Formats: sequence, structure tokens, C-alpha cells
Amino acid sequence: MASIRTVKLTKEYPGGVKGVDDLTLDIVDGEFFALLGPSGSGKTTLLRTIAGLESVTAGQLFIGSRDVTQLDPGRRNVAMVFQDYALFPHMSTADNIAYPLKVKKVHKAQRYATAEETADALSLQGLLGRRPSQLSGGQQQRVALARAVASNPDVFLFDEPLSNLDARLRLEARTFLKQLQRRLGVTTVFVTHDQAEALALADRIAIMDKGRIQQLGTPRDVFRAPANTFVAAFIGSVPMTLIPGTLAGGRFAFGEERLELPDEAATTAAAMPDGTAVTYGARPEYISMSSDSRPGAIAGPVQVVEHLGASLLVSVAFGDQLVQAVVDEDHEPEIGATVYLLPNPRRALLFDAEGTRMADDAPAEAGG
Amino acid sequence: MSASPVAERSTAMSRFDAQPIRHFLGVIGRTVFVAFMLAFFTLPVLWLVFAPFDKTPGLGVSLPEFTIANFRTLFKSSSALSALRNSLILAGGTAALVLVAGSLASYALSRVRIPGRDMLLYVLLLMSSIVTGTAAMVPTFQLVNELHLIDKMLGVVLVIGAGTLPTVIFILKDFMDNIPKSYEESARLFGARPLRILWDVVVPTARSGLAAIAVWAVVQVWGNFLVPYILLRSPDKSPAAVVMYTFYTEGGQPNLRLIAAFALVYSLPVVLVYFFVSRRYGFRFYGGIKR
Repeated sequence: MASIRTVKLTKEYPGGVKGVDDLTLDIVDGEFFALLGPSGSGKTTLLRTIAGLESVTAGQLFIGSRDVTQLDPGRRNVAMVFQDYALFPHMSTADNIAYPLKVKKVHKAQRYATAEETADALSLQGLLGRRPSQLSGGQQQRVALARAVASNPDVFLFDEPLSNLDARLRLEARTFLKQLQRRLGVTTVFVTHDQAEALALADRIAIMDKGRIQQLGTPRDVFRAPANTFVAAFIGSVPMTLIPGTLAGGRFAFGEERLELPDEAATTAAAMPDGTAVTYGARPEYISMSSDSRPGAIAGPVQVVEHLGASLLVSVAFGDQLVQAVVDEDHEPEIGATVYLLPNPRRALLFDAEGTRMADDAPAEAGG
Repeated sequence: MSASPVAERSTAMSRFDAQPIRHFLGVIGRTVFVAFMLAFFTLPVLWLVFAPFDKTPGLGVSLPEFTIANFRTLFKSSSALSALRNSLILAGGTAALVLVAGSLASYALSRVRIPGRDMLLYVLLLMSSIVTGTAAMVPTFQLVNELHLIDKMLGVVLVIGAGTLPTVIFILKDFMDNIPKSYEESARLFGARPLRILWDVVVPTARSGLAAIAVWAVVQVWGNFLVPYILLRSPDKSPAAVVMYTFYTEGGQPNLRLIAAFALVYSLPVVLVYFFVSRRYGFRFYGGIKR
């Protein structure tokens, strides 16, 4: 068990590209921590740097109280589950799970006993004699996990642990992974590009872009109060609708339309001069749609209707700007019909010209 | 405009008439060609199968007057058996050398980034055809002489091994490149050192490549006449390829009975090795070409 701490960590590739840029981060002992970001955001580089598979250009890295910045990866006592699981194809399940112990020169009988025990705990009974190629994707993933568990590490590192599973299995594996992490209580860092996965699994999420952390917080924080437009657009299974516009007379203006200011930024924004460029953000789940006019609602023609299962995603055109709303499946509008959209002012957000969220009570957390 | 479809159809008709004839001629041509090629490659094999069992083998292929006396004579001569044993030693030694040195070198070249790596490989490959070639035989002889390895089997193993290594490295590097890095990284995180990773993970994963290389190295040595002929002096150290050259009758004629029988015995081990390795590991031979 150990915490992970990075201090001004930088990883620069030859050619000057910074995979990780001056990053300071504290991961608490026992935490389930997600690194979330689009491809090329530096999340995998950060994970591999923690593992020691990438060298550090500048800064320091601590696991527990040990400075491991220059330490050999094999001596950091971390276990990594790779995206392709990296199971040795010529070894049986038992040999794969026992391999870390073999390297540590544990006695043969002892290591197979441990392997069997670990396999039982991960419901791999009866598969010990099989080769990886004879296992399903879900089983392979659990063998990879078992191998990591058997090595008894201070820290787990998972690189896109669920991305190679098909959609149905992924949900199952997700629950399994969370249970396992709770039971073992080992500090776990995992990398994902799937925001739903990060929201579901993690205690805290670091959303990364261009080698820097855009926001660090609990799933609730990053969903409710994204620090900037990047996070706002990235989090949420239906992306947040972001409308560029200006302030006009204590309201938000885009095109011909006017919207009431979001509650949380109303005072701040009202104090700013008219014509200030801002971006209005509202999640489609928090925009209500009606066919009758309501005070404060904006009216436009329905452009697209997408079925999401129990609900519908309706896109309404306001000039060039599309605004989306999630509505109940019973209220499917006609294409082209005029509907009225009203964002919930308690859930709507306002971002300044740089894309940083504006809030009355506290200054928005800037990127770390 | 209105006439053109008709004109088109008539040209199509005449083309249609010519087609079966051309097709027929094509089939005949192909068949004759294939038959010719088949005969060209089958005849020597037929000779190899029939001549050893013939009382009076000639240079042509004929149904044998069956006998196994040729083999009896062959196995009575001690030189034939010791020649086969020598061939086995040379082939085994070279295969071992090439496998160990080749896998170490190709693994390193596959994993370590050095500038001009591919260029180095291609130059080595080019040079290798010169080292064991006839043209370089005099300097090779001098080098081996300086090393006091003349008339020693080690000399032959080193020269043939050196000549085949570049090709081996080139082919093996491709196999090594195809082993996912995550295997090694995973082992590395568990604390395994590079040599251990090579032995536990890389070698087993690349074993079909290694098997192919081993067979190829054995074949290279088995069939090599020039190098052992020049570097080995004592007849009792000569391998089969060289000894076969000494089978003459007292009259100075090639002893075809002995040569035929020996040729069959000589070729069997290579065929057996091929089938064994192919059955056991399955050849997945891609060569050094990037796909």
C-alpha cells in the first residue's frame, strides 16, 4: 500500500514533444484514480512514467515515502495490466500467474499454491492448465489481473483495462474491477479514454490534455462543475451543448436568442460589461423541451431526433447553432416542428473567453 | 448513334468466337510447361530414390534390379559413417553458434534504437554473401591459418557460422520485432533482468523463428563442400559432403553404387529434421521483409 506523488514531473520526448508537462499530483493511499483524456493527452505516458517504463526528464516521483524517480521499474513494486494483457502465450494460466513469484525466486510449490489461491479469488477455477489463446477476452483479463495481484504490489497500474472487451462484458468487468480494488485496497491508477468508465470506477479523476491536468476531482465534481470547456465537452455520455455568445443586459445572447444567466455565475456576469464574449453550457439532460411557449424559453425547429433507449436526444437549430435536449421517449417531436427549450438555470454553466468556468462563490480551478 | 450498338455487338461476337481457341491453346501451353518443369525437378529425385537399390546404377533413371548390397558396402566402410558423424557435429555446432549469437544480436538490434541500424543490417547482409563465397576463400584460409584453426572443426563452424549470421540476424530481427513489447515490459515490472526476459519470454515466443533458423543453418552446413574441403586436412575429420567426393573405383571411375547409396543416406537427416521441426513448431517464415 502506498501513495503516489509527482512533483513537477516532466517527460519530454526527443524532438521536444512533452508527454507530461510539469505535473504535480497526489494520489492517496488506497485510492482508485483515473487518468482520463483523449489520445495523445499524455495519460498513458504518465502511467508508464510511474511504472518506470519511461524515463523522467525533470521532476520527482514518489511511491510511498520512496523517491523512485531513477529507480529500476522492477524495484518499484508496482504491477501493471497492459491493454493487450501481455500474457505470455507459451505459458499456462498457472505459469502466467506464478511468473512474478518465479522471478522473485519463490519456491515452486509455494508459488503454485499462491497462483491457485489468486486464481480462485478471481474466479478462474479450472482454467489453470489452459494457454492464453484458449481463454476468452474476459478470462484473459482476469488472468492478467491475477498475475498483478499475485505479485503483491504497492500500486496497480491499469492501461485501458476494459477497452479490449466487448460492450456487454465491459460492464461486467467494470463492476468486478471495482469490487476487486475495494477488497484489496491497493492504490490503483488507471488510464482510460472512456469518460463513462472513469466516472463509474474512479474515486477521483484527473482529466488530461496536452500533458497537463485540466481538472482533478471526484466524478461528481467533474460532471457537475467542469473547470473549463474542454472538460465540459469531454465528460458526459451526451456531450454538453456549448453555445458561444455575449453578455447583453444581464442575459446571455446568441444570434437573436436570449437566455437567463446560470444561477452560479449570475452575479459575476452581471457585473461585466455588455458584449463580453462568453460561452454558455448546458447538458442536454438539463434542458427541458415543450411544444408551448414558456417564459425564458427559446424557440427553434427540430432538426434531428436520436433514440437513446429510454430517452431521445433532440437537436434544435438556432441559426447555425444546434442545441440538444434529452427528452422522455413519449414526447417524440416531429422533424421541423417548432419546440421551446428551457435550460435549468441551476445546472447551466458559463465560461469566460478563455474557456474557464465562471462561478460567483469560488474562482474556478484552473488547470494544474 | 443508332448504328453503334449493332457495330459493338458484332465486334463482341467475333471476340467471343476467338476466345475458346485461345483458351484451349493456353491450357495446352501451360500443361506442357508445367510437365516440363515437373520432369526437370523430379528426375534427380527419382534417381536418388532408385539408383541406391540398383545393382548397376548409371547416370540415367531406370527401374532398378533390386538389391541392398550397395548399403551393405557403404556401412562396411568406416569413412562413410564417420563422415556422417562429422557432418552432424559441424551442423550441430554451427546451428548452436548461430542460434545463440543470432538471437542475442537480433534481440538487441530489435529493441535498441541506434542510428543507421537498418543500414548496418543491409550492409552486413550484403557482406555475408562474400565471406563464405568462393572469392574470399584465400583470405578466409589465411585468417583461419593465423588463428591455428586449420584442420579443426571449430574453424569450419566459425567460418560458416560467420557467413550465415547476418542473414540469421536479419530474419530473426523480424521475428523479434513482432513480439509485443508489452510482454517484456510486463516481465520487467516483475523484476526480471534482460537475460531472464530473453530466456523466459522472448525465446519461447520466437521459437518457430528459431526453429526455422536452426533448420536453415543445418542445411547450410550439411550441403557446404568448399569450406570443409579447404579448411580440413585429415580425412577422418571430413564431413559427408567432402567424403562423397572421394568415392572412386580402383579404375578411377566414380563409384556410382557407393555414391548413390551414400547420397540417399546423406539426404535423409535433413529431410527428417525439416519434417520434425515443421510438425513441432510449424514454419511461419516471413523473411526479413517488413509487412
